[in-house]
Amino acid sequence: MQLTHLDILEAEAIHILRETAASFERPVLMYSIGKDSTVLLHLAMKAFWPAKPPFPLLHVDTTWKFREMIAFRDAAVAKLGVDLRVHINQEGVRQGISPLTHGSKVHTDVMKTQALRQALESGKHDAAIGGARRDEEKSRAKERIFIFRDRNHRWDPKNQRPELWNLYNTRLNEGESIRVFPLSNWTELDVWLYIHRHNLPVVPLYFAKPRPIVERNGMLIMRDDDRFVLKPGEKVVERKVRFRTLGCYPLSGAVESDADTLEKVIEEMLLAHTSERQGRLIDHDQSGSMEEKKREGYF
Amino acid sequence: MTLSFTPGGSVSEYLHRYERNELLRFLTCGSVDDGKSTLIGRLLHDTGRLYDDHLKAIENESKVHGTQGGALDLALVVDGLKAEREQGITIDVAYRYFATAHRSFIIADCPGHEQYTRNMATGASHCQLAITLIDARSGVTTQTRRHAFIASLLGICHVVAAVNKMDLVAWGEGRFREIESEFLDYCVKVGIAGPIAVPVSALTGENVVTRGTNAAWYSGAPILELLEKVRVDHASPVAPFRMPVQYVIRPSLDFRGFAGTIASGTVKAGDRVRIMPSGRETRVRRIARSTEDGGDLSLARAPQSVVITFEDEVDCSRGDVVSCFGGSTETLVAQKFECDLVWMDETPLTAGKTYLLKCGTRTTPARITRVRHCVNVDTLETQQTDALALNDIGRIEIETEQPIAFDPYRRIHGTGSVILIDRMTNATSAAGMIRTGDASDAHARRAHWETAAAPTLRAPVGQSLVSTAAREERWKQKPLAILLYGSSGSGKTTRAFELERGLWEKGHAVVVLDGQMLRAGLSRDLAFTEEERSENLRRASETARILLDQGFVVILSMVAPHAEARWRASDLIGSERFMMIDCSDNNSPDTAALLRMVTAKIG
Ligand SMILES: Nc1nc2c(ncn2[C@@H]2O[C@H](COP(=O)(O)OP(=O)(O)O)[C@@H](O)[C@H]2O)c(=O)[nH]1
Ligand SMILES: [Mg+2]
Repeated sequence: MQLTHLDILEAEAIHILRETAASFERPVLMYSIGKDSTVLLHLAMKAFWPAKPPFPLLHVDTTWKFREMIAFRDAAVAKLGVDLRVHINQEGVRQGISPLTHGSKVHTDVMKTQALRQALESGKHDAAIGGARRDEEKSRAKERIFIFRDRNHRWDPKNQRPELWNLYNTRLNEGESIRVFPLSNWTELDVWLYIHRHNLPVVPLYFAKPRPIVERNGMLIMRDDDRFVLKPGEKVVERKVRFRTLGCYPLSGAVESDADTLEKVIEEMLLAHTSERQGRLIDHDQSGSMEEKKREGYF
Repeated sequence: MTLSFTPGGSVSEYLHRYERNELLRFLTCGSVDDGKSTLIGRLLHDTGRLYDDHLKAIENESKVHGTQGGALDLALVVDGLKAEREQGITIDVAYRYFATAHRSFIIADCPGHEQYTRNMATGASHCQLAITLIDARSGVTTQTRRHAFIASLLGICHVVAAVNKMDLVAWGEGRFREIESEFLDYCVKVGIAGPIAVPVSALTGENVVTRGTNAAWYSGAPILELLEKVRVDHASPVAPFRMPVQYVIRPSLDFRGFAGTIASGTVKAGDRVRIMPSGRETRVRRIARSTEDGGDLSLARAPQSVVITFEDEVDCSRGDVVSCFGGSTETLVAQKFECDLVWMDETPLTAGKTYLLKCGTRTTPARITRVRHCVNVDTLETQQTDALALNDIGRIEIETEQPIAFDPYRRIHGTGSVILIDRMTNATSAAGMIRTGDASDAHARRAHWETAAAPTLRAPVGQSLVSTAAREERWKQKPLAILLYGSSGSGKTTRAFELERGLWEKGHAVVVLDGQMLRAGLSRDLAFTEEERSENLRRASETARILLDQGFVVILSMVAPHAEARWRASDLIGSERFMMIDCSDNNSPDTAALLRMVTAKIG
């Protein structure tokens, strides 16, 4: 029995999760409900089995997530019996921050980035585990697996430590915290393959289905609730779409697709490598998930 | 073969194939402008790793920023925009990913700037193979030699020179052979077994992914084929079992599991093990896994991450090493070590200072008791010193506060590698490779070699009335030992005798020492345990040394499955007059190439 690349990536991720649990006082797993988080959570369950992961999950809820995401999150948490903390920036809610009126930049900053900071600070979390991958875009290729943040959660590229063998230096200076990315060496295909191999449930939004769609600024937006007010001339049309990345519904563009099974979704992704038609149709995961991560305030 | 998905093909079949891929991690290094970025871009491009519109973007960028007069400049795939490049804030290892129908690859792309030592050591610590770029016009440079030295220091077993820009030297075989032999010689000198050189043009792609027509004289494989075929031993079946304990899982009173990543070897339920450094003995009860995941494992191997439970309630916690049981195969335990270090901190190392040392999952204070020397990586000369500065490579003695379980790095990387952490700044100050420890109960097998190497017991030299020079003059050769090793059936003996005939026909004085011959007489008393195989190799090496001192070329063909024993053979004979070839490796040089290498070296 020769170990496959996926076996080795899995072993590496589990090693990192255990090293994090052993080295920090109050780690937390940033659970964003998407496919990478799904794999990450599965690995965390596996790493500490038969015990539960020795850290809670944290979901930063912007209040604008797809309803299906929230339903999926609650079902997953109930099934696995893990400790989920949901954080909402109440100050933002009071100010009525919305992606529709304030724009995506302000909304993301207040409801994601600041909210994440609040949650990490109030939970006194010294390590936050996330699902980012190096292959998501060129600039992540040099990222460490353990990324240091100063007291102000700022990242100083010059102050990162060399990572040798699997000997991670997890020592923190006063006020520092760390972000940990166990899936750093996974590619998008690896993530889908792992989901396929282990039959992991993912949010149904990844699969094509007729959904109520409004076209705005060239994006196909799903009208998930009536906070999304139609502008003159806009109308809701039922279209068969799916999502490549999941975030706040007014900011997530859908793609038209017939891929209603996992295999078809993977097929679409594979064809995006070679076929121009598909390449145009499906926006890049590269930029898509980077956008997502930025929104998540990971970087 | 590329791993492309054809429209209309079966996804499940594709996934099934991809799922079985092995993993190879390799690094790329070279001086600025040797073509490293172009080579990587070429690998990613030709294996279908680039999206169409990504490619479009690069085509457009090429017109503006490219160095190829508007033609597609594949370096831009990895380098990003020129402007970005020129800012170049972080000079760091970049990781890149691609796959073929046989393997998945992770490239550790090590930049060749002033920080090369630190970067390359970092990259190399994750890799099984190194590709060093050589510009065919400039040939082997100081930088090339540094790369080979660092690769050997970090124990990378496969080193490939991509002799690039062959299109600019009209694909001249003469030029290539010149570079090849200089490179191979140097690799042998620093103890790299079976180095390979490939003539390529990253620009045109010839011999990167596919063969071309310009180098008909080159019979070897293109780069990608080497990457797909080179042996990756994640867990050699003969390697002893080691698992540093990371975490104790204790959900209830009736389950106490020890979680860790297997650093070496394999483990089965029922195996006798020792918990090191305490030395307590027990047996493995389960390699526990949930039923949804397939239930308990009957066997696990490096580098799997597992949970094991023991038969007894032994004391065991994070930092301990679970080791296989049995004399020479167990880990050693010591508090004083001799280590090779790559210094990575702006603040220099000074003797007497205490750092935190992390080995496996154990972190303990450790004091540098002595700085032995610093190696000049260009000349390989050692200089006495009492400090090591950023990017220096040196040897030190260090003493830990607590005893730790370890193995020499050459034997097992996972339990022989350490990092040093500055206690004030928490910086990762050094990467270290343990050479030896003052293990009091080091096994007799090692004692054999050690006694053999002890200078006081060395045979007297200078008594012969025939001088070394006279011998060289008579035989027209410099003495050299060639160890051809590998499992039975790998063709060692055949190759040994072919090589003997080749050398004989060229008029050389050559002797073959074949394992079978030794077993028939000199080593009749030995069986086939690791220890006895090691002793057999020691006897062969001693015999070779005597013959070498008298001017002969000696070909040893032995199974020699244990890397450590081979290294000891190299130390005993003297690495400058010793080379080894792994005959089980499909990429090892054939007899003709071997004959060329040997004649170049002894001529
Ligand atoms: N003629 C020729 N030029 C090459 C070849 N490989 C790279 N180059 C050119 O050499 C220059 C430096 O290449 P680059 O890949 O950026 O080198 P790096 O600094 O090692 O990454 C670029 O102008 C390349 O187009 C080759 O095989 N033949
Ligand atoms: Mg470059």
